[in-house]
Amino acid sequence: MIENRPYLAILSHIILVLGVAIVALPIWITFVAATHDEVRMLQAPIPMLPGGHFWENFKQTLFGSGLSGTQSTPVWRMLLNSMAMALMISGGKIAISLISAFAIVYFKFPFRMGFFWMIFITLMLPVEVRILPTFEVVASLGMLNSYLGLSVPLIASATATFMFRQVFLTIPDEMLESARIDGAGPMRFFWDILIPLSRTNIAALFVILFIYGWNQYLWPLLITTDTDMTTIVMSIKQMLEAAEQSPQWNIIMMTALLAMIPPVFVVVAMQKLFVQGLTETDK
Amino acid sequence: MLKRVHFPSSPLPYLLVAPQILITIVFFIWPASQAVYQSFLIEDAFGLSTEFVWFENFAYLAQDEHYYGSFVRTMFFSAAVALLSMSFAVLLAGFADRVIRGATLYRTLLIWPYAVAPVLAGALWVFMFNPTLGIFPYILKFGGYDWNHYLNGNQAMLLVILAAAWKQVAYNFLFYLAAMQSIPKSLIEAAAIDGAGPVRRFWTMVFPLISPTTFFLLVINVVYAFFDTFGIIHAVTQGGPASSTTTLVYKVFNDGFVGLDLGGSAAQSVILMFLVIIMTVVQFRYVEKKVEY
Repeated sequence: MIENRPYLAILSHIILVLGVAIVALPIWITFVAATHDEVRMLQAPIPMLPGGHFWENFKQTLFGSGLSGTQSTPVWRMLLNSMAMALMISGGKIAISLISAFAIVYFKFPFRMGFFWMIFITLMLPVEVRILPTFEVVASLGMLNSYLGLSVPLIASATATFMFRQVFLTIPDEMLESARIDGAGPMRFFWDILIPLSRTNIAALFVILFIYGWNQYLWPLLITTDTDMTTIVMSIKQMLEAAEQSPQWNIIMMTALLAMIPPVFVVVAMQKLFVQGLTETDK
Repeated sequence: MLKRVHFPSSPLPYLLVAPQILITIVFFIWPASQAVYQSFLIEDAFGLSTEFVWFENFAYLAQDEHYYGSFVRTMFFSAAVALLSMSFAVLLAGFADRVIRGATLYRTLLIWPYAVAPVLAGALWVFMFNPTLGIFPYILKFGGYDWNHYLNGNQAMLLVILAAAWKQVAYNFLFYLAAMQSIPKSLIEAAAIDGAGPVRRFWTMVFPLISPTTFFLLVINVVYAFFDTFGIIHAVTQGGPASSTTTLVYKVFNDGFVGLDLGGSAAQSVILMFLVIIMTVVQFRYVEKKVEY
């Protein structure tokens, strides 16, 4: 502490509590909306305090058909799709970035830098700027409406490759020397030394990439037409469109709540890894 | 770059980079080159024949009022999102840096909106500002102010900015707090002994010392506002009313998938790619040199 200013300390807490309240307000309103019945949610002003219909809405959203009057996939199926997509994207990105960083740092081979720059290019081409041609490629490969189509085109990662390259460069050369003296080949060295040494970096990156994968929106929107492949994040938009005719805000907000719980849980539960991942990938 | 001690050349490294390179070629380089190629083509209304027209699509965009409008709008939108979320974050980080008890608790409570998908953020804000039901239009009505973002373009823009800035506060807060906590305490103590109060210390010491972070966050926030806000706009306004919230990325999507103007959409993609390259270069130059003032 620099100096003792009790009024300033109190002011700090007041401002921070206000800040937290402003940031949390949208979620509070969502939560409250998810605890009332349909009729109450049609009267202005909408309630600010929770009602008693939470479990009813929860059951209807998760296992029922969701919005009444539409034939949509049950929400548990969408959660499953989202989970599969998020895990495939984060796992895939980590796996292929690990091995390509390993090759670039520990091997001398022709076109090494050429490959490095090719990977670098992916950093410059976010999916948003090349949506149409990428869609055509995926369509011609017959990957529409599949988990592979949802995840594989997003798996290449320059940031993850850079991060692992950085991590490997800090590992002392003596590690490799002693491993080679003991007769370890490249893959043995990779599995038994590099992977264990970069375990926390992998975990930190996983937290960031899981959120990235779970929150994908434009890409799944384009390549899934089959309602069985809908992800939960996508479904919100369809529900909002349906809401223009017959609003069932309690169900919509319950779905929104279910859609944000997994990534928010990951951030809060693994806060330390999350912070580490954020600062490392953006260096 | 390369380890001093390394493995000899063999087919193995090629196998190791193969998956990444294959995906990069199939899903990044090939589509991007297609976009460049398509930007030189014009397709007739029925999609039966295409004509190679060199830079006609670009020339058309250069004098297209709608494209120009969308460009200016995107600039305004990015600036507003960056300014709003960064100033809110720096305020909170400044106070969080002061508190001794509960700093981690405040951090936990402030960072989770990072995990909320943009389209969900859009859905939450559109619900709060729903003209018939929403809580804010209801409050504003007492002030004699009519809120309807389905009709009023300025209100639609404001709503999109609020939703986008809300989501980004978490990220900015985290980086600002880390930057402030890394300032040596002795510096601040010396200023306090010389009689500088907290406000004066913030403006003459803390703020200049965290300016590299400010610059870094500015680039990140502009990139975010350009490319990651598609979901917010799609959920809140769908680019309307009367394209008053159509940003450049939204226009690529709209012209390509809704309007089916492939050449025009591809030309816009190519311009966006150039913008991304410029921003990436700026970002990397910063990383290498660490801006000093």
